[in-house]
Amino acid sequence: MHEPSQQVLHHHAPPTGFIRKYVFSLDHKVIGEQYYGLALVAVYIGLVLSWIMRIHLAWPAYAIPGVQYLSKIGAPGGVLTPEYYLQLMTMHGTIMVFFVLTTAPFAGFGNYFLPIQVGAEDMPFPHINMMSFWVTFIAFCVAVSAFFVPQGPPLSGWTAYAPLSALGSIAGPGQGTGQVLWAVSIAIFCIGQLLGSLNFISTTLDMRCQGMSLMRLPLSVWAWFITSCIGLTAFAVLMPACILLILDHVAGTSFFIPSNLVVNDQLQPHAGGSTLLWQHLFWFFGHPEVYIAIVPAMGVVSHVLITNMRRPLLSHRVIIYSMVAIAFLSYMVYGHHMFVSGMNPFSSIAFSFPTLAITVPATIIVLIWIGSLYGSKLRINTASLFALGFISMFVSGGISGFFLAQPSIDIMLHATYFVVGHFHLVMAVAALFGIFAGTYFWFSKVTGRMMNETLGRIHFWFTFVGAYCIFMPFHYLGMVGNVRRYQAFVDDFMAPLMPVHKFITIAALITGAAQLVFLYNLIHSRFWGKPATQNPWEGTSLEWSIPSPPPFDNFGGKLPVVYHDPYQYGVESSTGDYVMQDSPEVIKTVRDDS
Amino acid sequence: MAKLFAVTIIVIAIASAIPIVLHIWVPPVDISTHGKLIDEQMSETMVEAGICFLAAQLVLGFFIWRYSNRPKTEKIKSFPGGARALVAAAVIVVGLEVMALGAFGTRAWAEIYFTPARPDALQVQAQAGQFAFYFRYPGPDGKFGPIHPEQINEATENFFGLDTTHDADSKDDIVTAELAVPVNREVHLLMHSKDVGHSFFVRELRIQQDFVPGLDLSLHFTPTKIGRYEIVCTQLCGLGHYNMKAYLEVMSQEDFDKWLKQQAALQ
Repeated sequence: MHEPSQQVLHHHAPPTGFIRKYVFSLDHKVIGEQYYGLALVAVYIGLVLSWIMRIHLAWPAYAIPGVQYLSKIGAPGGVLTPEYYLQLMTMHGTIMVFFVLTTAPFAGFGNYFLPIQVGAEDMPFPHINMMSFWVTFIAFCVAVSAFFVPQGPPLSGWTAYAPLSALGSIAGPGQGTGQVLWAVSIAIFCIGQLLGSLNFISTTLDMRCQGMSLMRLPLSVWAWFITSCIGLTAFAVLMPACILLILDHVAGTSFFIPSNLVVNDQLQPHAGGSTLLWQHLFWFFGHPEVYIAIVPAMGVVSHVLITNMRRPLLSHRVIIYSMVAIAFLSYMVYGHHMFVSGMNPFSSIAFSFPTLAITVPATIIVLIWIGSLYGSKLRINTASLFALGFISMFVSGGISGFFLAQPSIDIMLHATYFVVGHFHLVMAVAALFGIFAGTYFWFSKVTGRMMNETLGRIHFWFTFVGAYCIFMPFHYLGMVGNVRRYQAFVDDFMAPLMPVHKFITIAALITGAAQLVFLYNLIHSRFWGKPATQNPWEGTSLEWSIPSPPPFDNFGGKLPVVYHDPYQYGVESSTGDYVMQDSPEVIKTVRDDS
Repeated sequence: MAKLFAVTIIVIAIASAIPIVLHIWVPPVDISTHGKLIDEQMSETMVEAGICFLAAQLVLGFFIWRYSNRPKTEKIKSFPGGARALVAAAVIVVGLEVMALGAFGTRAWAEIYFTPARPDALQVQAQAGQFAFYFRYPGPDGKFGPIHPEQINEATENFFGLDTTHDADSKDDIVTAELAVPVNREVHLLMHSKDVGHSFFVRELRIQQDFVPGLDLSLHFTPTKIGRYEIVCTQLCGLGHYNMKAYLEVMSQEDFDKWLKQQAALQ
């Protein structure tokens, strides 16, 4: 830590040229914005893909205008072929999980605000930080390029189960070049995340300013720090798995392909591999990935909620310990994705109990959020609405985990829409609500302008009600036995469920359209929004102690000194009911109730 | 706005629970001996999850209603018992509840997976391939002939790659496109995939199990009701995945014997 009197000069001068300032920037704030921008492009691509899929599911014969230009073979005249549906589904999952849910709440917000909130002028390794973004950008380009190769993107889903993903184009359209591009993209993506995680961890541990003890870190910093630790180990497993998958394609190896497979009447020239090996490696990453998406959102939501409740949470420590417990348990539960995979059935029981146990820290966090609302002075604005909406979504999506954590019930629910509803609510929608809460909250800091509150609320209402209309019925469909990853429900059993699918599609179209209001608000407010003050929400953490937008070196060449715990609200001070972390004013500290 | 939001949360929570309470969307009737345990487990979990869901959403809604936009003069209050009470509630109430659910749920799982098939169970081999299921009965000798992968040929309808000229055990094997079984007799299903991953899911049987290429698995179950039920593939296996299905025909022993004879004649 730096001495209080130390005047620190910036160790890299502000760049002047366009390229160094906005493209290959070393500034963590620009890199954060780049990550956010990438996620923004990705999320609208993912959204359009979901629209195409939903329209096709509800009205399979309908020619969707414009889709024929996406692929003449895949969507002749605008009607999707069965394989093209699966290809779009694979890309929807891949783009959303990797390039939105991992990129925005963690790399986007984290890059921008983590150094500021710990009181640092930048990350310790700016070049590595720049590289992490550009590596991620390349990964995104490689993934999207799969749309433009002759057979199109892979159709094996974002989980890319072997041997379907390892056998090459004989296994299906897109399983050759498209699948290799997918694996290359994800392997590159992993490198970007590993580099980013290293920077996050070292910034949190080594770059804190004077007075910023670990327990004085805002919960958002704790969330990003814990996520980096998860990322460092999870991506380190996925990357080699992808490399092995690529080798199965291009080098004739058989890591994931066993002997004696006959595809299209042709005996495959492979021997000795294990298909379950891919599932173990993939889910060892895949389950922690859920927490890579949701833990940063928990941190952001806590931060936004506390500021708007005008009180600290009932316990700062308990939230931190619970997030650590979730991260720790996340490695022991991945087998619940594989209950009926052919894994040893005793393992299913062994994976079931840690999965059920993860309910405890998750419940503690939810109860502390709700319990802290009691007796608070809640301010309602778009950011706090999204933060509160997050709690509702997280509860709804999390509780269906009670079912899926039990192997016996999973027999009925595995691979049905129940699972789709569960993970969309708890991982995708909840994390998106965290992203929205963070965006409406921090937009003024990043741009110096306020977002339009009326448009924000319109966006909120359509998104909140819409998300429930889409994803709650998914659970009902799954309970009946509606299987997922089908491009049409043609059989007698599932045909009666079509009205529900049509309802979901209409809800998805409306909810998706509301996201255009958000985009308009984002762009319009960026240039023409009402000018923001330095601290419009009366926050206490260090980002509110500097101008909006922050100067290049964050704190004007001088590092702050921190005197207080992060969330000193509900106090009596010269500024009102709060005191900034770097204010030397002496107050009676508000501490945990327990 | 806050009050409207609070009411919306509460309305959505109650509306979400209505189809469950009214049993609007339920799985088809169980036709297996072990399915009752799964259904009971599902109901118990639904009750406990439903209580947690409604309690959390209603209290969230109520607190938003009650504590938003309060006048400046009012003081901040703390939840009675503080974080300690809430942590205790999470550990004792929710923690114990889900652990107990998990413990009871193992009964149903054990019934299927931890007990071996009876020695007199009807042995049938199921083979999954892109995008069809085929089934093989061992014939009067009770033995399955070996699979020769290089001889698998869809055009000549040698789906299992049998060499009936050289393998004596293969000669009387009966290959069919549907799975017919006698009612109330245990079936021992030997599962083999010829190409990629597939799955065997019969909703009414309360059975779902993946086919793993390179790893032959087996399952056992006893159907209890005569009828025709859909077998669907639930493991993404390629472009025809959505259309990969077969039928399970549960018949009387008499009908089954007749059916098997007819099928043997067709080989």
